[in-house]
Amino acid sequence: MKKFNRVFSAAMAFALSATMLAGCGDTAPASTEGAAETAADAQTDAQASSEAAPAASGATFKFGAIGPLTGAAAAYGNAVVNGAQIAVDEINAAGGIGGYQIEYKGEDDELNAEKSVNAYNTLKDWGMQILIGSTTSACSIAVSENTKADNMFQITPSGSAEDCVKYDNVFRVCFSDPNQGIASAQYINDHNLATKVGIIYDNSDVYSSGIYQKFVEESEGKNYEIVSAEAYTQDNNTDFSVQLQKAKDAGADLVFLPIYYSDASLILTQANTMGYAPTFFGVDGMDGILSVENFDTSLAEGLMLLTPFAADATDDLTVNFVKQYNDKYSETPNQFAADAYDAVYIVKTAMESAGVTPDMSISDMCEALKTAMTQIEATGLTSAKMTWEATGEPNKEPKAVVIKDGAYVSAE
Amino acid sequence: MSFLTYLINGLSLGSIYAIIALGYTMVYGIAKMLNFAHGDFIMVGCYIIFSVSGAMSGNSAVGIIVAIILCTLLGVTTEFVAYRPLRGASSPLAVLITAIGVSYLLENIALLIYGADIKSFSSVVKWEGLSLAGGQLQIQGVTIVTIVISVVILIALQLFINRTKQGQAMLAASEDKGAAALMGINVNRTIALTFAIGSALAAIAGALLCSAYPSLSPYTGAMPGIKAFVAAVLGGIGSIPGAMIGGLVLGIVEILSKTYISSQLSDAIVFGILVVVLLVRPTGILGKKVQEKV
Repeated sequence: MKKFNRVFSAAMAFALSATMLAGCGDTAPASTEGAAETAADAQTDAQASSEAAPAASGATFKFGAIGPLTGAAAAYGNAVVNGAQIAVDEINAAGGIGGYQIEYKGEDDELNAEKSVNAYNTLKDWGMQILIGSTTSACSIAVSENTKADNMFQITPSGSAEDCVKYDNVFRVCFSDPNQGIASAQYINDHNLATKVGIIYDNSDVYSSGIYQKFVEESEGKNYEIVSAEAYTQDNNTDFSVQLQKAKDAGADLVFLPIYYSDASLILTQANTMGYAPTFFGVDGMDGILSVENFDTSLAEGLMLLTPFAADATDDLTVNFVKQYNDKYSETPNQFAADAYDAVYIVKTAMESAGVTPDMSISDMCEALKTAMTQIEATGLTSAKMTWEATGEPNKEPKAVVIKDGAYVSAE
Repeated sequence: MSFLTYLINGLSLGSIYAIIALGYTMVYGIAKMLNFAHGDFIMVGCYIIFSVSGAMSGNSAVGIIVAIILCTLLGVTTEFVAYRPLRGASSPLAVLITAIGVSYLLENIALLIYGADIKSFSSVVKWEGLSLAGGQLQIQGVTIVTIVISVVILIALQLFINRTKQGQAMLAASEDKGAAALMGINVNRTIALTFAIGSALAAIAGALLCSAYPSLSPYTGAMPGIKAFVAAVLGGIGSIPGAMIGGLVLGIVEILSKTYISSQLSDAIVFGILVVVLLVRPTGILGKKVQEKV
C-alpha cells in the first residue's frame, strides 16, 4: 500500500506539472512567436508558396489545417491539407480575400486527439485565425474544446460525428453521420431509384443505427416504400441469408446498407449465391469495398454509394481541381481533399460577406463569421448551393457514385 | 417454400456449429478441459487455406490438406506446451485461463501477420448446388457438402471410439485417468491424440465456415467458437451425438427466430433456450448424469 501511495503521488505530481506546462503553452507571450514560426517553417513546405506572395498592405489572414499526415489515416490528413492548399493558392493568385493574402500552414496530429490539440496550440502560436480541421471526428471534437475556449472560428471538412459541431463556433462541410440517412432517402427519391426498399443495418453500431433511424424518418411520404428492415449485430454478422431472403420475399428492388464495407462484402456475396440482384445502396462506410483482398469486384457491380465527390465528374470545377491536384501531388484527389478545398472557399465567402479584416481579434472574427455562415450560400466541389444552420450542420445536395467495371464513377 | 429455405439455411449453419462442437466436446470429454482456443484454431485453418490456395493459384484441395496437417500440429503443440504442464495444477481454472490466453495469442499473431482488414475467402466447394421445384428452392453446394461431411465425421468418430484400441483408450481415460494409467494406457499420448483429432476437425470446420460465409478476419473463429461451445453444452458436453444434435438445434433456432420473431433478438433467444434446457436437464440433451463415487 505504501509503495502504491508513493507511485500515486509521483504520478499526481507529474500530472500537475504537465498541466502547468500546458497552461504556459496556451498563453505564450508574443515574444516567442517569432521563434515558433521559424521552427515551424522548417517543418512544413506546404506554406512556402503562399508565403512567397505577401499582401501589398502587409497584413494577411492566417489559416491553419490539422490532420493525420503520418500513420494509418495519413491518406485522409494529407488530402485535407493538400486540398486546402490548392484553394489557398488559387485565392491568393486571384487577389486574396478582400485584398488580403492568406498565409496557410498544415500540422500533423497522427490521428491522436491529444496531438491534435498540440497541433492546434502550435498553429495558434504561429498566429492562426481560422482553423480548417481537424480531419477526423475524435480529433475534431478534442480540438473544438480549445477553439470554443478561445472563440476561434473552426470548420471541419470531414469530421462527421454529431458531436463535432456541438459548439456554436464550429461548422462542417460534410454531412453528419445520421444525416447521411436523410441524404440517402432524398437521393433515392429524387432519382427514382426504387419502389420498394429493404434495409439491412447493424443494430450494435451507433453509426449504422443512427443513419437507419434518420433514413426511416425521412422516408415518410417519399415515392418508395420500406418493405423490410432487418438488423444484425457484430456478434451475429456472418449469416445474412435471413435478412436477404426477407428483403427478396418482400420484393425489395433496392437494399439500403448503412454499414461498413467489411460486412457489406459478405452481404453481396450471399445475395449473389441466392440469386438476388437488387440495387444495393450504401453510405460513406461502403467506401473501401473494392479494396477488400481477394474480393470478386464483379459482385459490387452496380453498387451505389453516397459520397460528396467523384473525381471523374465532368463539371469545370471538378476537372480543374483534379488536374491541379494531380499536377501538384501526383494523385487523384478523394472526398477529403474536396471537402477541404470547399472549406477554404466557404470561409472566404463568409469573410467577404462579413467584411472581416486581418486586424480583428480572433474572437471578433469568429462572432462575425458565425453570423455570416448562416446567411451565405456557397457552391463547391461537394455540392452546389450549400447553406448552414446555426448548429453548424450543412444543407447540401446529396451526390452518389456507382461502381462500374470495378471503379467508382458518378451516378449522374 | 420459404420456410423450407430457412430450414435448410438453419441446417447449414447448424452443421457448421456441429463440426466445431465435436472438437470442443471430444477435448472436454477426454481431457476434461475447455479449449477456448478451439475457435481460433478454425481461424488459423482458414488463413492457411487462404494463403496456400492463393500461392497455388486457387488449388484449395492442397490448401485444405496443408491446413489439416498444420492445425493438427498446432493443436498437439499447444497441448504439449501450454496445457500439459498445467494438468496437475491444483485448480482446474489455471488451464482454462491458459486456453483463453492461447486464444488471444493466436488472434493477435494473425493480426500481426494479416492485419485487421477482412479478406474475401474463395469457396472450397466449387459445386453450384441444386435447384428444386422449378427454381423456387435453391440449395447451395456448400450447404449440402457441409451437412454430408458433418454426418460422415459423426459416424467416423463413433466408429473410431467404439471399435478401435485407441478409441477405447480414450474412453477409459475419460472415465478415470488414474485407473487408465494403471491399466497400461499412456494417458498423455491419448490426450495428445484427442487434441490432434479436435484440431484437424477445426481445420475442416474452418474450410466449411469460410466457404459458406466468405469473410476472413482474425476474429472469424471467435463467435462461431462460442456458439459451438453453447451447442456442445446444449447437446450434453462430452457426448459426440449430443454435439451434433446441439449444433443442429442451435443453427435452426437461430435462423428461425431471426425469421419469425426478430432479427435483433435471435442471439437472446438462442441463449435463452440454453438456459431453459440447462434448468430442465442440467447435463444437456444427451448428457449422462455421472454419479460421483466416494
